[in-house]
Amino acid sequence: MLAQDEPPNPWVSVDYVRDNADAILAATREHVTLTLVSVVLGLLLAVPLALLARRFRRLETPVVGFAGVLYTIPSLALFAVLAPVTGLSEKTVVIGLTAYTLLVLVRNVLAGLDGVPDDVREAARGMGVGGLQMLARVELPLALPAIVAGLRVATVSTVALVTVGVVVGHGGLGQLLFAGFNNNLYRAEIFTATALCVLLALAADLLLLGAERLLTPWARRTRAAA
Amino acid sequence: MGPSHPGGGVSLVADTARWLADGEHWTGSDGVPARLVEHLTVSGAAVALAALVALPVALWLGHIGRGGLLVVGLANASRAVPTFGVLIILVATPVGFGDRATVVALLLFAIPAILTNAYVGVRDVDKDARDAARGMGMSGWQVLRRVEVPLALPLILAGLRTASVQVVATATLAAYVGGGGLGRLIADGFGRADPAMTAAGGVLVAALALLVEVVLGAVQKRVTPGPRRRMPASAVDAAALPV
Repeated sequence: MLAQDEPPNPWVSVDYVRDNADAILAATREHVTLTLVSVVLGLLLAVPLALLARRFRRLETPVVGFAGVLYTIPSLALFAVLAPVTGLSEKTVVIGLTAYTLLVLVRNVLAGLDGVPDDVREAARGMGVGGLQMLARVELPLALPAIVAGLRVATVSTVALVTVGVVVGHGGLGQLLFAGFNNNLYRAEIFTATALCVLLALAADLLLLGAERLLTPWARRTRAAA
Repeated sequence: MGPSHPGGGVSLVADTARWLADGEHWTGSDGVPARLVEHLTVSGAAVALAALVALPVALWLGHIGRGGLLVVGLANASRAVPTFGVLIILVATPVGFGDRATVVALLLFAIPAILTNAYVGVRDVDKDARDAARGMGMSGWQVLRRVEVPLALPLILAGLRTASVQVVATATLAAYVGGGGLGRLIADGFGRADPAMTAAGGVLVAALALLVEVVLGAVQKRVTPGPRRRMPASAVDAAALPV
């Protein structure tokens, strides 16, 4: 075929988006769900792990070290080892992605809790606050900025990593990406999926930043005073 | 070719071990050693090219103490970009299929880690050390070469280590765009519905990434003077915290 006979293959195409709105929406929905489930599960695991490491300091190195080893294992390798057991399912992707969030989340929860000034703890104790109340009403709120910072990094990385789930058939927008690749390098499909991925990550980042501002009004006051 | 794994679990571990122990899988152009060489060649090229681009820029910016926002912003923004997407986009450009697209995609993602760490390393060199060097009559270039770079070396190496581990991990994806490397075992394993092959590929890639991390971590530790060994392992981690 001569060059001038080649059909146009633009990177950006409104027609593509309009004609495939349903598929794009479905892929985006899967992408968001996989990210959300993985990060929430990661946080639910990371907080008790961090508390454990704080209560028994000797556990800190093995806990953070284990999370570090998990983090070093390439996602594709982890999916490959999991898939024969957990199948070509969303479960495989969620287990892998949850494992990746642990390192940054455990580390940041620990750093946040360690950053609570002793004076504040003393004052709270003097007011009769103790045990679980201390954790829930004093320590965790003060650790929130560090925890949210960890959540932001974990979420943004997870959004990007979901695409690799395509190897087990559940990659969210990664499915479109790979379909575009297999569909004679259909540029509009490839580019739209990648761009949506980046937008999703940025939106999630801003959302978490906004949530942090709302949840820590005292920090805003000191920011304004400074 | 291994049997399937309806029961999963124990038989898979045995089959994977058997696959890895089979001498036939360790010879020829699609054997493990050949795939390993492909994997390391592509990864090495990507890290070397990324260092060639990133190190001069990082050292210069660190030396003049500017551009911090840009460097850290680039590192944070790069996290949001899916490597798989960039890889496939490159394939759909004149760069084309195979190793070339892989090397370019990998080097793009290796740059932020190398850039951030080297930049922070040079920028945060003790002001007194810098002033003393100036006082001895060193030129800016001499300060950089004889004071700043040696003092920043642990962080420079931390960046190279972080980038290398990431590149070795990501090079696995090359198999899905017609490239070689250990990822072929995983992709072909999925393609042939051969779970033992898939898992064996996964085990080998994971072992390689951990090995690179451990070896380069040991190198980094060796060049770090004793009292400073407790500093953050990588500035990228530190940069992840909000200002």
